[in-house]
Amino acid sequence: MKLVTAVVKPFKLDDVREALSDIGVQGITVTEVKGFGRQKGHTELYRGAEYVVDFLPKVKIDIAIRDEMVEQVIEAITRVASTGKIGDGKIFVSNLEQVIRIRTGETGPDAV
Amino acid sequence: MKRTLLALGLSGALLTSGLAFAEDAATTTAAPDAVAMADTAQPIPAPAAVGAPAEAAPVVAAAAPAAEAAPAEAEKPKVDRGDTAWLLIATALVLMMTLPGLALFYGGMVRKKNVLGTMMHSLSAAAVVTIVWVVIGYSLAFGNGVSEGLAPYIGGFDRILLSGVAVDQLWTDAAGTAYTIPETLFMVFQMTFAIITVAIMAGSFAERMKFSAFLTFVALWVVVVYAPIAHWVWHAKGWLFGAGALDFAGGTVVHINSGIAGLVAAYVIGRRVGLGREPMAPHNLVLTVVGAGLLWVGWFGFNAGSWLGADGRSAMAMVVTQVAAAAAALAWLASERIARGRASVLGGASGAIAGLVAITPASGYVDASGALVIGLLAGVICFWGTTGLKRLLKADDSLDAFGLHGIGGIAGAILTAFFATEAVTGGVPVVLPLAQQLWVQVEGVLATIVYSGIMTFILLKIVDVIIGLRVSEEEEREGLDVSQHGERVE
Repeated sequence: MKLVTAVVKPFKLDDVREALSDIGVQGITVTEVKGFGRQKGHTELYRGAEYVVDFLPKVKIDIAIRDEMVEQVIEAITRVASTGKIGDGKIFVSNLEQVIRIRTGETGPDAV
Repeated sequence: MKRTLLALGLSGALLTSGLAFAEDAATTTAAPDAVAMADTAQPIPAPAAVGAPAEAAPVVAAAAPAAEAAPAEAEKPKVDRGDTAWLLIATALVLMMTLPGLALFYGGMVRKKNVLGTMMHSLSAAAVVTIVWVVIGYSLAFGNGVSEGLAPYIGGFDRILLSGVAVDQLWTDAAGTAYTIPETLFMVFQMTFAIITVAIMAGSFAERMKFSAFLTFVALWVVVVYAPIAHWVWHAKGWLFGAGALDFAGGTVVHINSGIAGLVAAYVIGRRVGLGREPMAPHNLVLTVVGAGLLWVGWFGFNAGSWLGADGRSAMAMVVTQVAAAAAALAWLASERIARGRASVLGGASGAIAGLVAITPASGYVDASGALVIGLLAGVICFWGTTGLKRLLKADDSLDAFGLHGIGGIAGAILTAFFATEAVTGGVPVVLPLAQQLWVQVEGVLATIVYSGIMTFILLKIVDVIIGLRVSEEEEREGLDVSQHGERVE
């Protein structure tokens, strides 16, 4: 099993959710985060005080899936979350050691 | 040890005022002396303390005492329901300027971890100042107990806890002019001015003052700083009043006073930890704009109410208030656009307040065209006050009590000399020739700055010794909400 973590631009969240649903992914977890890569921040000005804001709002999507699905998920996210401009985000894939469904107690790939 | 000293000090203060009260309760309040009007060479009553006299004709110094006694008996002044109704509302409007107006205006501008602590300054100011005003403040500002020699500088103890004031007693000033509103109403109207002055000043030391120190300092400040200045400017025997200073609704008493006191406090208490390195942006400008709206609307009570009546003069005061606010907002926005490339929402709100501050001393004496100029100038001047000047002064005046209220008040006080016109005042009050009026205005400004600055400094040092003014660095980092009040906004 793998944990796919995608950090994307906030307005892309709905597109990603739909695309994942289309390929059969049944559950995701979404967190609002801040971050930056190569995309520059901006300057805010309040009366006389200037503030450089480096962090940009992003959305992090965590998806637990079976190994066979990884390529499809990556393709789906990359297709819909890309705008071609700096700041589109990244996808991280890590190994998932165990998954348990709380309601039934199922474990492993059946619980994903 | 500190707590013991504090308790002893407060008890002593209460005891002393209690004793004074006991003494004066036996003395009846002197009836307005109609003869005194003929004898004194005072100019026709000017500012807020003397708004709409019961008799339409202004006092003429040469009138014979006998002639005066007759009309006084024939048309005994009485409560005018229209004037009183308006002043009741005006009082509520001015209190609204503090609660929730200023609370929101300031609250939105601080970091989230300090929003409750900042709003608490306005809330607790309303509570503390109310009590202090009723007990002793009003008496010191508008009472008449002291000797003739001290009368220009301070009131007396004759009005402690409103002693001697009957329920239906009209407000009558020390020159004998009777008004058409009850004295109790005049007292509570003035109270709301004292409250907001304190609340404005608190903006300078937002995000770092100990709550207990704040309460103590505020109580002392109203007695030692606010009441005397109010007396000089608005009491019929006050020395600035007598000199002909024009301050309709509190340019000196409220704005310059709170501005300079705030600046001194910012210097004494010191800069916020991490200033310049850590982000301290406003956490929610929605609150600030809502607050600014309440302040703007409430200001009608502040200025138009200061006429103490409901007629053409108060309507004119409302008009010039509105014009100045609008002009200043636009001027500030334009200044920002030119200087920074963008007009900000905070700038628009601040600009409107700048105009309202500047028109405050002038509101009973100028017309719409004067208000337009005052507003436009105030927008630009206060923009500089909160940017360029602020950098020069190097004080951490967090919410710009000095940049906005201090500078705006000074500008307004000076501009009043140029734009006050007897076409509006009709001789009530007299507007002196420009050079003379300008000098008197400057005197008022300087007197306020010097007295407020020095006494505020002394009071802060005293409170620092007894209680300690500033929270610890840890408490400051944690935020006042949690460290001072044990509460948090998620």
